[in-house]
Amino acid sequence: MTSVLALAIPATLVCFALAIALATLRLMRGPSAQDRIQALDFIYVNGMLVVLVLGIRYASSMYFEAALLMGVFGFVSSTALAKFLFRGEVIE
Amino acid sequence: MMELTGIFEFLVAALLLASGALSLIAALGLLRLPDFFQRMHAPALATLGTWCVAIASIVNFSVIGANIDLRGTVVIILLAVTAPITTTLLARATVFRQRSTAFLDQEQRPSDEHDAGLHNSHKGEEV
Repeated sequence: MTSVLALAIPATLVCFALAIALATLRLMRGPSAQDRIQALDFIYVNGMLVVLVLGIRYASSMYFEAALLMGVFGFVSSTALAKFLFRGEVIE
Repeated sequence: MMELTGIFEFLVAALLLASGALSLIAALGLLRLPDFFQRMHAPALATLGTWCVAIASIVNFSVIGANIDLRGTVVIILLAVTAPITTTLLARATVFRQRSTAFLDQEQRPSDEHDAGLHNSHKGEEV
């Protein structure tokens, strides 16, 4: 691990952690249900980013599959929750 | 295995830092903006940050493995396809909910009997 990346990767991870903390604040505070869904989707995307950056840090391409799974599950859960807000049920 | 050197290392570091900054700005927007429809714009920046990380990952693994590794493209395509769908569904659900609560307030009905899901028959009249 070279020195520039050894500085840049922890700084990026700290940025992602701060972003997740702020989104968690919105998740708890959010006045309506759609705000909470938005915050949850954002947290999912940030978790995927953390996994991708860890893949760069440990120089292993095995992290790609985990990141892809997180992306797909985040999409499915956000879509299902939005459908639930829209109709009152997910599958009709 | 090669070591990441020179300009590629700076490129990866710059892309990672840009993605961290974009994600932090998106979180601040998600927290600070006053309206839901304004807050909806903020996570698009996180999508841009994801693209930065994916490009950094492509550069990193291409240089380390000494051949072209394009698996990060899958992440880019996934986000480009799924983010608009989620955003559109949430916006439509929000419009529908606000419209149905306005309709209920106008009709002076008790709102506990009429959930948002039970109001499909009145939607056409309100639009």
